[in-house]
Amino acid sequence: MSPTTWRGRDHPAYWASIVHRISGILLALFLPLHFLALGTALSGAASLDGFLAWTDRPWVKASEIALVALLAAHLTGGLRLLLVEFVGWRRESQGMLLAVAGGAAAFCALAFALNLF
Amino acid sequence: MLWIAQRATAALLALCVAVHLATMIVVVRGGLTATEILGRTRGSVGWAAFYGLFVLAVAVHAPIGLRTVAGEWLQWRGRGADACCAIIGVLMLALGWRAVAAVTI
Amino acid sequence: MESSLQVDVWRGGAQGAYRRYQVPRQDAQTVLDVVTWIQRRLDPTLAYRFACRVGMCGSCAMTVNGRARWSCRTHVAKVAQDNRLTIAPLAKLPIVRDLVTDMREFFDKWARAKGQFSPTTTRHDDFARIAPASAARKEIDAAIECIGCGICYASCDVVAWNPAYLGPAALNRAWTLVNDSRDGDRSARLAAVAGDAGCHACHTQSTCTERCPKLLSPTASIAGLKRATARAVLKGEL
Repeated sequence: MSPTTWRGRDHPAYWASIVHRISGILLALFLPLHFLALGTALSGAASLDGFLAWTDRPWVKASEIALVALLAAHLTGGLRLLLVEFVGWRRESQGMLLAVAGGAAAFCALAFALNLF
Repeated sequence: MLWIAQRATAALLALCVAVHLATMIVVVRGGLTATEILGRTRGSVGWAAFYGLFVLAVAVHAPIGLRTVAGEWLQWRGRGADACCAIIGVLMLALGWRAVAAVTI
Repeated sequence: MESSLQVDVWRGGAQGAYRRYQVPRQDAQTVLDVVTWIQRRLDPTLAYRFACRVGMCGSCAMTVNGRARWSCRTHVAKVAQDNRLTIAPLAKLPIVRDLVTDMREFFDKWARAKGQFSPTTTRHDDFARIAPASAARKEIDAAIECIGCGICYASCDVVAWNPAYLGPAALNRAWTLVNDSRDGDRSARLAAVAGDAGCHACHTQSTCTERCPKLLSPTASIAGLKRATARAVLKGEL
């Protein structure tokens, strides 16, 4: 049994960094698929349409919304990091930046989801 | 150094992603067909340039990030890991530019 | 106060186990009081560190209920829920025995980050004039109070994920020296703190800043180092 079952995971900036990392990994994994899908257009519009028809499934649509959320989260989290590193925010204004980032990401996902249906 | 490249591409990507997200949110109304997509992108030098640059930035930004994850979570460091990430970058560039060509040419 | 605390204390080295002790609760009791009580009344074989017991030296840093803290400044009343405490040695460091960790790697990294001042003048030269209100001095003042207790180091995930990572304390100290106009080793220091084991490995998790008992912000210092090293690279100095 390890003595270091510790709880460093109790403040927002910690979770922000984990979200940023996970979203980055998932986006990196998704991107080749995205490129391959668009690449089907090389064989003509019909081929791309064929693929798009395949995406007309609930789980695919749900994943698309999730991906928009992940992209928005990675973007807003990244902007927050750039601010902290280059403008040098001390103590990150009590997590206000994080709240703004989270809110913006959620807004994007919602806007996309609502437009989808 | 890698950090500068990653932050620089991050700043560029912030703009590209903002444009891409906004476009997708506005344009995807109840689904998207190939005709709708290609109608906008085929023959467009603007979209080709935009997405061409977008892909380039991603092909630099993502592998650098993955390299850090490999080092920290998989404990994989050194020449092998660096080479693997570089290859991923090249692959992303190739696939990405192929996709851009597919919809703009 | 008639209640007693149930205290689980780590005993042993890397291989070990928690041992449970019952300790009477008292007013204004600190975790250090608890550990001391156990060692004096229940189990003299318990090994732990302390020195000043008033929050000045940082020797008593240990993990209390999952968080790195100074045991002398941690009031039991504030952290013991349901009269329970779990006390373990500082994380991310080799355990010597029980609550005592081997701090060598912590201080070795301090040296590797060039956390020591390099003088450029002698006693025959005039005093250096540093304006207290200057931007550089303000940066130093915000970070200079570090006493090397190791809490930030023990709280950082990157320290766990990257064995070579110099850590928040070492980098924080390097930042104070980078801003010191009297210091003569700036380029070597910037080279020492750059790279995969240096400031660029920080992901701004900021647990160090959350936990520092002196209310310092290693996150801010490390961000400063990132800017300084980037500037040096772009100017061709690195």
